[in-house]
Amino acid sequence: MAVEHSAAPPSGDQTRIHNIGYRSYDGPRLGRAYARRSLYSQSLRGAYGLGRSVKSKVLPMLLFVVMCVPAAIMVAVAVATKAKDLPIAYTDYALIMQAVISLYVASQAPQSVSRDLRFKTVPLYFSRPIETADYVRAKYAALASALFILTAAPLLVLYVGALLAKLDFADQTKGFAQGFVSVALLSLLFAGIGLVIAAVTPRRGFGIAAVIAVLTISYGAVSTLQAIADARNNTGAIPWIGLFSPVTLIDGVQTAFLGATSSTPGGVGPTNGEGIVYVLAVLGLIATSYGLLVRRYKKVGL
Amino acid sequence: MYDPTVARLTYRALLGRRRALILGALPLLLLVIAAVVRALAGADDQTAVNVLGGFALATMVPIIGVIAGTGAIGPEIDDGSVVYLLSKPLKRPTIIFTKLIVAIAVTMVFSAVPTLLAGLILNGNGQQVAVAYTVAALVASIAYAALFLLLGTVSRHAVVFGLVYALVWEALFGSLVPGARTLSVQQWSLAVAHKVADGDMVTSDVALPTATVLLVMVTVLATWYAGQKLRSLTLAGEE
Repeated sequence: MAVEHSAAPPSGDQTRIHNIGYRSYDGPRLGRAYARRSLYSQSLRGAYGLGRSVKSKVLPMLLFVVMCVPAAIMVAVAVATKAKDLPIAYTDYALIMQAVISLYVASQAPQSVSRDLRFKTVPLYFSRPIETADYVRAKYAALASALFILTAAPLLVLYVGALLAKLDFADQTKGFAQGFVSVALLSLLFAGIGLVIAAVTPRRGFGIAAVIAVLTISYGAVSTLQAIADARNNTGAIPWIGLFSPVTLIDGVQTAFLGATSSTPGGVGPTNGEGIVYVLAVLGLIATSYGLLVRRYKKVGL
Repeated sequence: MYDPTVARLTYRALLGRRRALILGALPLLLLVIAAVVRALAGADDQTAVNVLGGFALATMVPIIGVIAGTGAIGPEIDDGSVVYLLSKPLKRPTIIFTKLIVAIAVTMVFSAVPTLLAGLILNGNGQQVAVAYTVAALVASIAYAALFLLLGTVSRHAVVFGLVYALVWEALFGSLVPGARTLSVQQWSLAVAHKVADGDMVTSDVALPTATVLLVMVTVLATWYAGQKLRSLTLAGEE
Protein backbone atom coordinates (compact mmCIF):
# COMPACT_ATOMS: atom_id res chain seq x y z
CA MET A 1 0.00 0.00 0.00
CA ALA A 2 1.09 3.48 -0.85
CA VAL A 3 0.95 4.86 2.66
CA GLU A 4 3.18 2.17 4.06
CA HIS A 5 5.84 2.74 1.43
CA SER A 6 5.89 6.53 1.68
CA ALA A 7 6.38 6.54 5.47
CA ALA A 8 9.61 4.58 5.64
CA PRO A 9 9.67 2.51 8.85
CA PRO A 10 12.63 2.97 11.20
CA SER A 11 15.33 0.42 10.50
CA GLY A 12 15.03 -2.81 12.49
CA ASP A 13 11.27 -2.45 13.12
CA GLN A 14 9.40 -4.81 10.83
CA THR A 15 5.90 -4.20 12.24
CA ARG A 16 3.16 -4.17 9.69
CA ILE A 17 -0.62 -4.19 9.67
CA HIS A 18 -2.06 -6.96 7.56
CA ASN A 19 -5.52 -6.91 6.16
CA ILE A 20 -6.84 -10.29 7.30
CA GLY A 21 -10.22 -9.93 5.68
CA TYR A 22 -12.66 -8.78 8.36
CA ARG A 23 -15.83 -7.54 6.78
CA SER A 24 -18.08 -4.91 8.17
CA TYR A 25 -21.78 -5.71 8.64
CA ASP A 26 -23.89 -4.39 5.82
CA GLY A 27 -27.13 -6.29 6.42
CA PRO A 28 -30.34 -4.66 7.66
CA ARG A 29 -30.16 -2.94 11.06
CA LEU A 30 -33.33 -3.64 13.01
CA GLY A 31 -33.03 -0.63 15.24
CA ARG A 32 -34.41 0.62 18.48
CA ALA A 33 -38.03 -0.49 18.22
CA TYR A 34 -36.94 -4.05 17.44
CA ALA A 35 -34.56 -4.13 20.41
CA ARG A 36 -37.30 -2.83 22.68
CA ARG A 37 -39.76 -5.43 21.39
CA SER A 38 -37.24 -8.21 21.96
CA LEU A 39 -36.54 -7.06 25.49
CA TYR A 40 -40.30 -6.94 26.13
CA SER A 41 -41.00 -10.42 24.80
CA GLN A 42 -37.98 -11.95 26.55
CA SER A 43 -38.96 -10.36 29.87
CA LEU A 44 -42.55 -11.50 29.47
CA ARG A 45 -41.43 -15.05 28.72
CA GLY A 46 -38.99 -14.87 31.62
CA ALA A 47 -41.80 -13.88 33.99
CA TYR A 48 -43.33 -17.34 33.41
CA GLY A 49 -39.97 -19.10 33.34
CA LEU A 50 -40.13 -19.83 29.60
CA GLY A 51 -36.65 -20.04 28.16
CA ARG A 52 -35.20 -20.51 31.63
CA SER A 53 -34.42 -23.60 33.67
CA VAL A 54 -37.11 -26.05 34.78
CA LYS A 55 -36.64 -24.98 38.38
CA SER A 56 -37.55 -21.38 37.63
CA LYS A 57 -40.70 -22.47 35.76
CA VAL A 58 -42.10 -24.18 38.87
CA LEU A 59 -43.10 -21.16 40.95
CA PRO A 60 -44.77 -18.91 38.31
CA MET A 61 -46.63 -21.85 36.76
CA LEU A 62 -47.73 -23.08 40.19
CA LEU A 63 -49.05 -19.63 41.10
CA PHE A 64 -50.86 -19.44 37.74
CA VAL A 65 -52.55 -22.78 38.39
CA VAL A 66 -53.46 -21.80 41.96
CA MET A 67 -54.98 -18.63 40.52
CA CYS A 68 -57.14 -20.46 37.96
CA VAL A 69 -58.27 -23.59 39.84
CA PRO A 70 -60.78 -21.87 42.19
CA ALA A 71 -62.39 -20.21 39.15
CA ALA A 72 -62.72 -23.58 37.43
CA ILE A 73 -64.25 -25.10 40.58
CA MET A 74 -66.75 -22.22 40.87
CA VAL A 75 -67.76 -22.69 37.25
CA ALA A 76 -68.15 -26.43 37.75
CA VAL A 77 -70.35 -25.85 40.81
CA ALA A 78 -72.42 -23.23 38.98
CA VAL A 79 -72.99 -25.57 36.03
CA ALA A 80 -73.75 -28.60 38.20
CA THR A 81 -76.21 -26.84 40.50
CA LYS A 82 -77.79 -24.83 37.64
CA ALA A 83 -77.25 -21.64 39.66
CA LYS A 84 -78.75 -18.33 38.53
CA ASP A 85 -75.48 -16.47 39.11
CA LEU A 86 -71.79 -17.11 39.72
CA PRO A 87 -70.84 -17.56 43.40
CA ILE A 88 -68.70 -14.38 43.35
CA ALA A 89 -68.53 -11.18 41.34
CA TYR A 90 -65.82 -10.78 38.68
CA THR A 91 -64.40 -7.76 40.50
CA ASP A 92 -64.03 -9.65 43.79
CA TYR A 93 -61.88 -12.44 42.41
CA ALA A 94 -58.53 -10.60 42.32
CA LEU A 95 -59.08 -9.22 45.83
CA ILE A 96 -59.78 -12.68 47.25
CA MET A 97 -56.65 -14.05 45.56
CA GLN A 98 -54.48 -11.07 46.49
CA ALA A 99 -51.98 -13.21 48.44
CA VAL A 100 -51.21 -15.20 45.26
CA ILE A 101 -50.89 -12.03 43.17
CA SER A 102 -48.59 -10.44 45.75
CA LEU A 103 -46.39 -13.55 45.84
CA TYR A 104 -46.21 -13.52 42.04
CA VAL A 105 -45.15 -9.86 41.89
CA ALA A 106 -42.69 -10.38 44.72
CA SER A 107 -41.04 -13.36 43.06
CA GLN A 108 -41.00 -12.08 39.47
CA ALA A 109 -40.26 -8.36 39.82
CA PRO A 110 -36.77 -8.95 41.33
CA GLN A 111 -36.22 -11.77 38.84
CA SER A 112 -36.83 -9.26 36.06
CA VAL A 113 -34.55 -6.42 37.18
CA SER A 114 -32.36 -7.37 40.17
CA ARG A 115 -30.20 -9.83 38.26
CA ASP A 116 -29.38 -7.30 35.55
CA LEU A 117 -28.18 -5.00 38.32
CA ARG A 118 -26.25 -7.62 40.23
CA PHE A 119 -24.36 -9.04 37.27
CA LYS A 120 -23.84 -5.55 35.88
CA THR A 121 -25.46 -6.36 32.54
CA VAL A 122 -27.42 -3.10 32.40
CA PRO A 123 -24.57 -1.19 30.65
CA LEU A 124 -24.59 -3.92 28.00
CA TYR A 125 -28.25 -3.17 27.23
CA PHE A 126 -27.45 0.50 26.91
CA SER A 127 -24.62 -0.19 24.48
CA ARG A 128 -27.39 -1.30 22.09
CA PRO A 129 -29.51 1.33 20.38
CA ILE A 130 -32.03 1.42 23.25
CA GLU A 131 -32.35 4.30 25.69
CA THR A 132 -33.09 4.29 29.42
CA ALA A 133 -36.77 4.94 28.80
CA ASP A 134 -36.96 1.99 26.37
CA TYR A 135 -35.52 -0.41 28.95
CA VAL A 136 -37.89 0.83 31.65
CA ARG A 137 -40.90 0.74 29.30
CA ALA A 138 -40.09 -2.77 28.10
CA LYS A 139 -39.63 -4.15 31.62
CA TYR A 140 -42.68 -2.33 32.99
CA ALA A 141 -44.87 -3.44 30.11
CA ALA A 142 -43.61 -7.02 30.38
CA LEU A 143 -44.33 -7.36 34.10
CA ALA A 144 -47.70 -5.61 33.77
CA SER A 145 -48.65 -7.96 30.90
CA ALA A 146 -47.52 -11.00 32.89
CA LEU A 147 -49.66 -9.85 35.84
CA PHE A 148 -52.57 -9.13 33.51
CA ILE A 149 -52.35 -12.68 32.14
CA LEU A 150 -52.27 -14.00 35.70
CA THR A 151 -55.30 -11.99 36.85
CA ALA A 152 -57.38 -11.98 33.65
CA ALA A 153 -57.11 -15.72 32.91
CA PRO A 154 -59.34 -16.80 35.83
CA LEU A 155 -61.87 -14.10 34.86
CA LEU A 156 -61.93 -15.56 31.36
CA VAL A 157 -62.49 -19.02 32.86
CA LEU A 158 -65.40 -17.63 34.89
CA TYR A 159 -66.88 -15.81 31.87
CA VAL A 160 -66.68 -18.75 29.49
CA GLY A 161 -68.08 -21.01 32.22
CA ALA A 162 -70.91 -18.57 32.89
CA LEU A 163 -71.85 -18.53 29.20
CA LEU A 164 -71.70 -22.32 29.05
CA ALA A 165 -74.00 -22.45 32.08
CA LYS A 166 -76.42 -20.24 30.09
CA LEU A 167 -76.39 -17.37 32.56
CA ASP A 168 -77.69 -13.99 31.39
CA PHE A 169 -75.38 -12.85 28.56
CA ALA A 170 -75.67 -9.06 28.95
CA ASP A 171 -75.29 -9.23 32.71
CA GLN A 172 -72.22 -11.48 32.58
CA THR A 173 -70.55 -9.46 29.82
CA LYS A 174 -70.98 -6.26 31.81
CA GLY A 175 -69.49 -7.86 34.94
CA PHE A 176 -66.66 -9.36 32.93
CA ALA A 177 -65.79 -6.03 31.32
CA GLN A 178 -65.78 -4.32 34.73
CA GLY A 179 -63.51 -7.02 36.16
CA PHE A 180 -61.26 -6.72 33.12
CA VAL A 181 -60.73 -2.98 33.62
CA SER A 182 -60.13 -3.48 37.32
CA VAL A 183 -57.44 -6.16 36.87
CA ALA A 184 -55.77 -4.06 34.15
CA LEU A 185 -55.44 -1.20 36.64
CA LEU A 186 -54.29 -3.63 39.33
CA SER A 187 -51.63 -5.10 37.03
CA LEU A 188 -50.22 -1.68 36.15
CA LEU A 189 -50.21 -0.56 39.78
CA PHE A 190 -48.66 -3.73 41.25
CA ALA A 191 -46.07 -4.02 38.48
CA GLY A 192 -44.99 -0.43 39.03
CA ILE A 193 -44.65 -0.79 42.80
CA GLY A 194 -42.87 -4.14 42.49
CA LEU A 195 -40.37 -2.91 39.92
CA VAL A 196 -39.52 0.29 41.79
CA ILE A 197 -38.71 -1.66 44.94
CA ALA A 198 -36.87 -4.42 43.10
CA ALA A 199 -34.78 -1.95 41.09
CA VAL A 200 -33.37 -0.46 44.29
CA THR A 201 -31.63 -3.61 45.49
CA PRO A 202 -29.36 -5.96 43.50
CA ARG A 203 -30.11 -8.71 46.07
CA ARG A 204 -33.03 -10.86 44.95
CA GLY A 205 -33.91 -12.01 48.48
CA PHE A 206 -34.21 -8.52 49.87
CA GLY A 207 -36.24 -7.47 46.85
CA ILE A 208 -38.76 -10.27 47.35
CA ALA A 209 -39.17 -9.56 51.06
CA ALA A 210 -39.48 -5.81 50.50
CA VAL A 211 -42.15 -6.15 47.79
CA ILE A 212 -44.23 -8.57 49.86
CA ALA A 213 -43.83 -6.37 52.92
CA VAL A 214 -45.09 -3.29 51.08
CA LEU A 215 -48.03 -5.09 49.47
CA THR A 216 -49.31 -7.26 52.32
CA ILE A 217 -48.29 -5.25 55.35
CA SER A 218 -49.75 -2.01 54.07
CA TYR A 219 -52.99 -3.94 53.46
CA GLY A 220 -52.85 -5.49 56.95
CA ALA A 221 -52.19 -2.12 58.55
CA VAL A 222 -54.91 -0.34 56.57
CA SER A 223 -57.58 -2.96 57.23
CA THR A 224 -56.71 -3.02 60.95
CA LEU A 225 -57.19 0.75 61.11
CA GLN A 226 -60.40 0.52 59.05
CA ALA A 227 -61.78 -2.16 61.35
CA ILE A 228 -61.10 0.05 64.36
CA ALA A 229 -62.64 3.09 62.65
CA ASP A 230 -65.68 0.94 61.82
CA ALA A 231 -65.97 -0.28 65.41
CA ARG A 232 -65.85 3.35 66.62
CA ASN A 233 -68.64 4.20 64.11
CA ASN A 234 -66.26 6.62 62.43
CA THR A 235 -67.36 5.49 58.94
CA GLY A 236 -66.37 8.76 57.28
CA ALA A 237 -62.69 8.00 57.89
CA ILE A 238 -62.73 4.51 56.31
CA PRO A 239 -62.43 5.58 52.63
CA TRP A 240 -59.62 7.99 53.45
CA ILE A 241 -57.60 5.32 55.31
CA GLY A 242 -58.06 3.06 52.28
CA LEU A 243 -55.89 5.38 50.17
CA PHE A 244 -52.77 4.03 51.85
CA SER A 245 -52.53 0.51 50.47
CA PRO A 246 -52.52 -0.72 46.85
CA VAL A 247 -55.18 -3.41 47.39
CA THR A 248 -57.68 -1.08 49.06
CA LEU A 249 -56.97 1.52 46.36
CA ILE A 250 -58.12 -0.90 43.67
CA ASP A 251 -61.04 -1.92 45.87
CA GLY A 252 -62.06 1.73 46.19
CA VAL A 253 -61.82 2.43 42.46
CA GLN A 254 -63.96 -0.54 41.51
CA THR A 255 -66.47 0.16 44.27
CA ALA A 256 -66.93 3.74 43.09
CA PHE A 257 -66.98 3.21 39.33
CA LEU A 258 -67.05 -0.48 38.42
CA GLY A 259 -70.10 -1.65 40.31
CA ALA A 260 -68.26 -3.75 42.90
CA THR A 261 -69.22 -4.08 46.54
CA SER A 262 -66.45 -2.97 48.84
CA SER A 263 -64.66 -5.62 50.88
CA THR A 264 -63.53 -3.14 53.53
CA PRO A 265 -64.72 -3.70 57.11
CA GLY A 266 -68.30 -2.50 57.33
CA GLY A 267 -68.57 -2.54 53.54
CA VAL A 268 -68.23 1.23 53.34
CA GLY A 269 -66.86 2.16 49.92
CA PRO A 270 -65.92 5.60 48.64
CA THR A 271 -68.61 7.78 47.08
CA ASN A 272 -68.20 9.05 43.53
CA GLY A 273 -66.39 12.19 44.69
CA GLU A 274 -63.97 10.20 46.84
CA GLY A 275 -63.70 7.69 44.00
CA ILE A 276 -62.14 10.38 41.79
CA VAL A 277 -59.46 10.87 44.45
CA TYR A 278 -58.90 7.09 44.34
CA VAL A 279 -58.54 7.06 40.55
CA LEU A 280 -56.17 10.02 40.71
CA ALA A 281 -54.14 8.26 43.41
CA VAL A 282 -53.87 5.08 41.32
CA LEU A 283 -52.87 6.95 38.16
CA GLY A 284 -50.49 9.13 40.18
CA LEU A 285 -48.83 6.07 41.70
CA ILE A 286 -48.41 4.45 38.28
CA ALA A 287 -46.89 7.62 36.83
CA THR A 288 -44.67 8.09 39.89
CA SER A 289 -43.30 4.56 39.73
CA TYR A 290 -42.56 4.99 36.01
CA GLY A 291 -40.79 8.28 36.76
CA LEU A 292 -38.81 6.76 39.62
CA LEU A 293 -37.71 3.85 37.43
CA VAL A 294 -36.51 6.18 34.68
CA ARG A 295 -34.64 8.23 37.27
CA ARG A 296 -33.09 5.10 38.76
CA TYR A 297 -31.82 3.86 35.40
CA LYS A 298 -30.45 7.26 34.35
CA LYS A 299 -27.52 6.70 36.70
CA VAL A 300 -27.20 2.94 36.79
CA GLY A 301 -23.94 1.18 35.99
CA LEU A 302 -22.23 4.13 34.36
CA MET B 1 -19.12 -23.28 68.75
CA TYR B 2 -19.21 -19.49 68.33
CA ASP B 3 -16.84 -17.68 66.01
CA PRO B 4 -16.65 -13.89 66.44
CA THR B 5 -15.32 -13.26 62.93
CA VAL B 6 -18.15 -15.13 61.25
CA ALA B 7 -20.58 -13.29 63.51
CA ARG B 8 -19.10 -9.93 62.55
CA LEU B 9 -19.33 -10.74 58.84
CA THR B 10 -22.92 -11.91 59.21
CA TYR B 11 -23.93 -8.79 61.11
CA ARG B 12 -22.45 -6.69 58.36
CA ALA B 13 -24.23 -8.70 55.67
CA LEU B 14 -27.54 -8.29 57.47
CA LEU B 15 -27.35 -4.71 58.67
CA GLY B 16 -24.71 -3.12 56.47
CA ARG B 17 -25.46 -0.18 54.19
CA ARG B 18 -29.16 0.48 53.81
CA ARG B 19 -30.40 -2.94 54.87
CA ALA B 20 -30.90 -1.93 58.49
CA LEU B 21 -33.33 0.70 57.19
CA ILE B 22 -35.43 -1.94 55.39
CA LEU B 23 -35.50 -4.02 58.57
CA GLY B 24 -36.29 -0.94 60.63
CA ALA B 25 -39.24 0.16 58.48
CA LEU B 26 -41.58 -2.59 59.71
CA PRO B 27 -41.12 -1.99 63.45
CA LEU B 28 -41.52 1.73 62.80
CA LEU B 29 -44.82 1.06 61.02
CA LEU B 30 -45.98 -1.01 64.02
CA LEU B 31 -45.22 1.86 66.37
CA VAL B 32 -47.03 4.35 64.10
CA ILE B 33 -50.08 2.08 63.94
CA ALA B 34 -50.01 1.64 67.71
CA ALA B 35 -49.92 5.41 68.17
CA VAL B 36 -52.76 5.98 65.67
CA VAL B 37 -54.90 3.25 67.24
CA ARG B 38 -54.32 4.66 70.71
CA ALA B 39 -55.33 8.11 69.46
CA LEU B 40 -58.44 6.76 67.67
CA ALA B 41 -59.64 4.15 70.12
CA GLY B 42 -58.02 4.97 73.46
CA ALA B 43 -56.45 2.37 75.76
CA ASP B 44 -58.32 -0.90 75.38
CA ASP B 45 -57.01 -4.38 76.20
CA GLN B 46 -58.92 -6.16 73.42
CA THR B 47 -57.70 -3.68 70.79
CA ALA B 48 -54.15 -4.15 72.05
CA VAL B 49 -54.51 -7.92 71.70
CA ASN B 50 -55.91 -7.52 68.18
CA VAL B 51 -53.13 -5.25 66.98
CA LEU B 52 -50.29 -7.14 68.68
CA GLY B 53 -51.63 -10.57 67.74
CA GLY B 54 -52.87 -9.74 64.26
CA PHE B 55 -50.13 -7.44 63.08
CA ALA B 56 -47.04 -7.80 65.29
CA LEU B 57 -46.92 -11.54 65.92
CA ALA B 58 -48.74 -12.80 62.81
CA THR B 59 -47.10 -10.58 60.19
CA MET B 60 -44.12 -8.63 61.44
CA VAL B 61 -42.22 -11.30 63.37
CA PRO B 62 -42.31 -13.91 60.55
CA ILE B 63 -41.26 -11.39 57.91
CA ILE B 64 -38.35 -10.11 60.00
CA GLY B 65 -37.51 -13.77 60.70
CA VAL B 66 -37.50 -14.54 56.97
CA ILE B 67 -35.27 -11.57 56.16
CA ALA B 68 -32.80 -12.25 58.99
CA GLY B 69 -32.84 -16.06 58.80
CA THR B 70 -32.40 -16.44 55.05
CA GLY B 71 -30.33 -13.26 54.76
CA ALA B 72 -27.75 -14.70 57.16
CA ILE B 73 -26.69 -17.37 54.67
CA GLY B 74 -28.76 -17.20 51.47
CA PRO B 75 -26.98 -14.39 49.58
CA GLU B 76 -23.57 -15.93 50.29
CA ILE B 77 -24.61 -19.27 48.83
CA ASP B 78 -26.35 -17.45 45.99
CA ASP B 79 -23.29 -15.53 44.82
CA GLY B 80 -20.84 -18.32 45.63
CA SER B 81 -18.77 -16.36 48.13
CA VAL B 82 -19.63 -18.95 50.78
CA VAL B 83 -16.73 -21.12 49.50
CA TYR B 84 -14.23 -18.66 51.01
CA LEU B 85 -15.94 -19.11 54.37
CA LEU B 86 -16.17 -22.90 54.03
CA SER B 87 -12.51 -23.22 53.07
CA LYS B 88 -11.45 -21.82 56.47
CA PRO B 89 -10.58 -24.32 59.22
CA LEU B 90 -13.95 -23.97 60.91
CA LYS B 91 -16.46 -26.70 61.55
CA ARG B 92 -19.57 -26.29 59.36
CA PRO B 93 -21.92 -26.68 62.35
CA THR B 94 -19.95 -23.88 64.04
CA ILE B 95 -20.64 -21.61 61.08
CA ILE B 96 -24.34 -22.47 61.16
CA PHE B 97 -24.54 -22.03 64.95
CA THR B 98 -22.85 -18.63 64.78
CA LYS B 99 -25.10 -17.47 61.97
CA LEU B 100 -28.12 -18.74 63.91
CA ILE B 101 -27.12 -16.72 66.98
CA VAL B 102 -26.77 -13.60 64.85
CA ALA B 103 -30.09 -14.22 63.05
CA ILE B 104 -31.86 -14.76 66.39
CA ALA B 105 -30.34 -11.62 67.85
CA VAL B 106 -31.33 -9.50 64.85
CA THR B 107 -34.87 -10.92 64.78
CA MET B 108 -35.29 -10.35 68.51
CA VAL B 109 -34.05 -6.77 68.40
CA PHE B 110 -36.19 -5.81 65.41
CA SER B 111 -39.35 -7.67 66.50
CA ALA B 112 -39.54 -8.09 70.28
CA VAL B 113 -38.42 -4.59 71.24
CA PRO B 114 -40.96 -2.81 69.00
CA THR B 115 -43.65 -5.26 70.16
CA LEU B 116 -42.99 -4.27 73.77
CA LEU B 117 -42.99 -0.57 72.89
CA ALA B 118 -46.19 -0.91 70.84
CA GLY B 119 -47.82 -2.79 73.72
CA LEU B 120 -46.86 -0.04 76.13
CA ILE B 121 -48.22 2.61 73.77
CA LEU B 122 -51.47 0.67 73.21
CA ASN B 123 -52.52 -0.05 76.77
CA GLY B 124 -49.59 0.52 79.11
CA ASN B 125 -49.08 -3.21 79.68
CA GLY B 126 -52.57 -3.72 81.11
CA GLN B 127 -53.16 -7.40 82.05
CA GLN B 128 -49.53 -8.08 81.08
CA VAL B 129 -50.55 -8.06 77.39
CA ALA B 130 -47.43 -6.20 76.21
CA VAL B 131 -45.06 -8.46 78.12
CA ALA B 132 -46.90 -11.61 77.01
CA TYR B 133 -46.59 -10.69 73.33
CA THR B 134 -42.97 -9.66 73.81
CA VAL B 135 -42.20 -13.09 75.27
CA ALA B 136 -44.08 -14.70 72.36
CA ALA B 137 -42.05 -12.62 69.90
CA LEU B 138 -38.80 -13.65 71.61
CA VAL B 139 -39.70 -17.33 71.53
CA ALA B 140 -40.95 -17.13 67.95
CA SER B 141 -37.75 -15.32 66.90
CA ILE B 142 -35.65 -18.33 67.91
CA ALA B 143 -37.80 -20.86 66.05
CA TYR B 144 -38.27 -18.69 62.94
CA ALA B 145 -34.57 -17.88 62.70
CA ALA B 146 -33.61 -21.57 62.93
CA LEU B 147 -36.31 -22.62 60.46
CA PHE B 148 -35.53 -19.98 57.84
CA LEU B 149 -31.77 -20.43 58.21
CA LEU B 150 -32.35 -24.06 57.27
CA LEU B 151 -34.46 -22.97 54.29
CA GLY B 152 -31.61 -20.68 53.25
CA THR B 153 -29.23 -23.62 53.02
CA VAL B 154 -31.74 -25.92 51.30
CA SER B 155 -33.22 -23.78 48.54
CA ARG B 156 -32.28 -20.87 46.35
CA HIS B 157 -35.82 -19.58 46.63
CA ALA B 158 -35.72 -19.59 50.41
CA VAL B 159 -37.35 -16.19 50.77
CA VAL B 160 -40.37 -17.17 48.68
CA PHE B 161 -40.86 -20.45 50.53
CA GLY B 162 -40.37 -18.71 53.87
CA LEU B 163 -43.01 -16.15 52.97
CA VAL B 164 -45.37 -18.85 51.69
CA TYR B 165 -45.04 -20.62 55.05
CA ALA B 166 -45.41 -17.45 57.09
CA LEU B 167 -48.26 -15.84 55.18
CA VAL B 168 -50.13 -18.65 53.44
CA TRP B 169 -49.71 -21.57 55.85
CA GLU B 170 -49.92 -19.75 59.16
CA ALA B 171 -52.37 -17.02 58.18
CA LEU B 172 -54.60 -18.60 55.54
CA PHE B 173 -54.62 -22.33 56.32
CA GLY B 174 -54.37 -21.57 60.04
CA SER B 175 -57.70 -19.75 59.84
CA LEU B 176 -59.38 -22.38 57.63
CA VAL B 177 -58.02 -25.76 58.75
CA PRO B 178 -57.82 -26.21 62.53
CA GLY B 179 -55.17 -28.94 62.18
CA ALA B 180 -52.73 -26.55 60.54
CA ARG B 181 -52.73 -24.47 63.69
CA THR B 182 -51.00 -27.17 65.74
CA LEU B 183 -48.13 -27.02 63.27
CA SER B 184 -47.46 -23.31 63.43
CA VAL B 185 -44.69 -21.47 65.22
CA GLN B 186 -47.09 -18.62 65.87
CA GLN B 187 -49.46 -20.82 67.90
CA TRP B 188 -46.60 -22.38 69.86
CA SER B 189 -45.32 -18.98 70.89
CA LEU B 190 -48.89 -17.92 71.74
CA ALA B 191 -49.05 -20.90 74.11
CA VAL B 192 -46.06 -19.45 75.95
CA ALA B 193 -47.66 -15.99 75.91
CA HIS B 194 -50.86 -17.44 77.35
CA LYS B 195 -48.88 -18.51 80.42
CA VAL B 196 -47.47 -15.01 80.90
CA ALA B 197 -50.65 -12.95 80.34
CA ASP B 198 -53.31 -12.51 82.99
CA GLY B 199 -56.66 -14.14 82.35
CA ASP B 200 -57.74 -15.31 78.91
CA MET B 201 -56.75 -12.32 76.82
CA VAL B 202 -54.18 -14.34 74.88
CA THR B 203 -55.29 -17.78 73.72
CA SER B 204 -53.59 -20.56 71.82
CA ASP B 205 -54.77 -23.83 70.23
CA VAL B 206 -51.77 -25.74 71.58
CA ALA B 207 -51.09 -26.73 75.18
CA LEU B 208 -47.93 -25.34 76.76
CA PRO B 209 -46.00 -28.64 77.17
CA THR B 210 -46.65 -29.66 73.55
CA ALA B 211 -45.70 -26.20 72.36
CA THR B 212 -42.44 -26.18 74.31
CA VAL B 213 -41.43 -29.62 73.09
CA LEU B 214 -42.26 -28.74 69.49
CA LEU B 215 -40.43 -25.40 69.68
CA VAL B 216 -37.26 -26.97 71.06
CA MET B 217 -37.46 -29.85 68.62
CA VAL B 218 -37.93 -27.64 65.55
CA THR B 219 -35.09 -25.34 66.57
CA VAL B 220 -32.59 -28.11 67.35
CA LEU B 221 -33.50 -30.26 64.35
CA ALA B 222 -33.43 -27.33 61.92
CA THR B 223 -30.02 -26.20 63.18
CA TRP B 224 -28.59 -29.72 63.08
CA TYR B 225 -29.92 -30.39 59.59
CA ALA B 226 -28.66 -27.01 58.33
CA GLY B 227 -25.20 -27.98 59.57
CA GLN B 228 -25.45 -31.31 57.74
CA LYS B 229 -26.67 -29.53 54.61
CA LEU B 230 -23.71 -27.15 54.72
CA ARG B 231 -21.29 -30.08 55.10
CA SER B 232 -22.37 -31.49 51.77
CA LEU B 233 -23.06 -28.22 50.00
CA THR B 234 -22.65 -28.21 46.24
CA LEU B 235 -22.44 -24.90 44.51
CA ALA B 236 -24.76 -24.77 41.54
CA GLY B 237 -24.28 -22.30 38.74
CA GLU B 238 -26.63 -19.40 38.20
CA GLU B 239 -29.83 -20.60 36.57
